[in-house]
Amino acid sequence: MTSFTPLASLIGGMLIGLSAVLMMLLEGRIAGISGIASRLLPPYRDAGLAGRLAFIAGLIAAPFIVAAATGQPVMQTVSADPVLMAAAGLLVGFGSVWGSGCTSGHGVCGLARLSPRSAVATAVFMATGFATVFVVRHVLGN
Amino acid sequence: MTLLVNLGLGLLFGIGLVVSGMSDPAKVLNFLDLFGTFDPSLAFVMGGAVLVAFIGFRLVLRREAPVLAPRFHLPTRRDIDARLIVGPALFGIGWGLGGFCPGPAFTALGLGAAGTLVFVPAMLAGMWAARRLGDAQG
Repeated sequence: MTSFTPLASLIGGMLIGLSAVLMMLLEGRIAGISGIASRLLPPYRDAGLAGRLAFIAGLIAAPFIVAAATGQPVMQTVSADPVLMAAAGLLVGFGSVWGSGCTSGHGVCGLARLSPRSAVATAVFMATGFATVFVVRHVLGN
Repeated sequence: MTLLVNLGLGLLFGIGLVVSGMSDPAKVLNFLDLFGTFDPSLAFVMGGAVLVAFIGFRLVLRREAPVLAPRFHLPTRRDIDARLIVGPALFGIGWGLGGFCPGPAFTALGLGAAGTLVFVPAMLAGMWAARRLGDAQG
């Protein structure tokens, strides 16, 4: 069980949206994490590598800033099954690049731009996400 | 300048992920568990983010150009092709297995959970493979 946190989730979501808006205002780009992350690796086709590394460094630093500000460690529960997590990582990495975006690029920025492509992508990954958890928890009974 | 800006934007995005609870795979998996321990919090994350971006993009795109770049780079494609179905379908399966999408996986990296340390390199390998395969297909 995890507790329902509507207010914290709404505020956190608005900060994510604000970051996406500022990315558009300052850099003129969609804040798509899969696009940023996939281009950390070669081949490099533009000069933006340092900026992408800096953005990812900000993501990595974030839980430590929150922990310092609140005085509470950031709690999370991650599966320790290496086969499951390797398969999950490969699917998330391959699928997000193959489909030109993930939860941020399609789910936040694309929906906010009323993009039909992003609406389709978001509907598909939500559907397979719900279906996967249903199968894992209620059919296979894990 | 662009380094500091990107660091700040990543930090803000990551703080949003942590504050919202989206950085915790358990919360994501419970959101996706409609018929079990359903936790609707993530609908509020998406709602808040889309609302701010919907309004903010409209204000920003009235400008001729962004502040630090010569022009806006916006996706222009409108077609729905097979890749737009297959990619998100695979992504959703992986999301439902591990509870991580790319942003939260990076915010979890420094916390050092064993599963995260397997997930992130596998994700980067999957991204690399998709780019190579996409290039090969033209």
